[in-house]
Amino acid sequence: MSLRRSYSRQQRTTIVNGMLAFVLMLVVLQLWLLTATMNAYLGGDESVIWPATAASVAILLLNGGLLRYLYVVDRTRR
Amino acid sequence: MARDDNHRANVDSDPRSPIDVRVDTPGREGLAGTTSASLYTPLQDSEQVTLAPDGRPLDQQPPWRTDFPIDWPQDHYVERREFMKFMVLTSLALAVGQFSIAVQNWWRRRRGQPEIRRVAALNDLAVGGVATFSYPGEHDDCVIMRPGENELIAYSQKCTHLSCAVRPLMDEGVIHCPCHEGYFDLRSGRPIAGPPRRPLSIVRLQVRGGDVYATGIQERTI
Repeated sequence: MSLRRSYSRQQRTTIVNGMLAFVLMLVVLQLWLLTATMNAYLGGDESVIWPATAASVAILLLNGGLLRYLYVVDRTRR
Repeated sequence: MARDDNHRANVDSDPRSPIDVRVDTPGREGLAGTTSASLYTPLQDSEQVTLAPDGRPLDQQPPWRTDFPIDWPQDHYVERREFMKFMVLTSLALAVGQFSIAVQNWWRRRRGQPEIRRVAALNDLAVGGVATFSYPGEHDDCVIMRPGENELIAYSQKCTHLSCAVRPLMDEGVIHCPCHEGYFDLRSGRPIAGPPRRPLSIVRLQVRGGDVYATGIQERTI
């Protein structure tokens, strides 16, 4: 017996909507990070570059994790 | 009851129907109420049923919808799923861009400050005069101004908006970018009007004897 829950299409759509909202917020944050870092770089301010890069990579990993979960949800069709 | 008898009689006499119609024969228990009726519902995936956006059955839909049926709930699910994949790809691109800035910064630090170079003779610059020079590279145009007797100012000539060449207006005390009507303060190099948001890069100067030397570039965010 599999312990993995299976979702109906309606449930999957709700899950994808939630994940999509989260991913969109993260991507907007990443875009802001990129523009702020570019502005700092062109202005010669080096202090924010590596922390912002680390934050951006962390967001990418989070998004990748959500995408992986999307594939898991996609496989558990009823 | 009489109707059932008639039906059975017809079926028994029909050579094309050799099926035993009795409800208690093996495989037909459901008709006798011993098995749930759902066992006999068509094997159809409920998620593959085509539904119109308004939820009405297909026979009440316009003909074009019958000709080109779309499973809207499935379509919504798939388009959101694909959009999310695209967004994660966008996230990857933004992270790569961020990383490239970090690499470029590392490369810039590795190069260090440019070498000191003579850019003008002090006597060639009259009070209120302006001259141009290249520093640190051949294509890095800069502008040097002498607003007062003992005052020398030099900036990179690239506008911080879109890198157009700026030109000093000494009488008005501003530096003007003609491309998008950007204005910078002459003495501080800070933007005062138009689209530029960052001040002009300062070229550090040193006067040795009668010559003016550029000793480095100072980029600023505010």
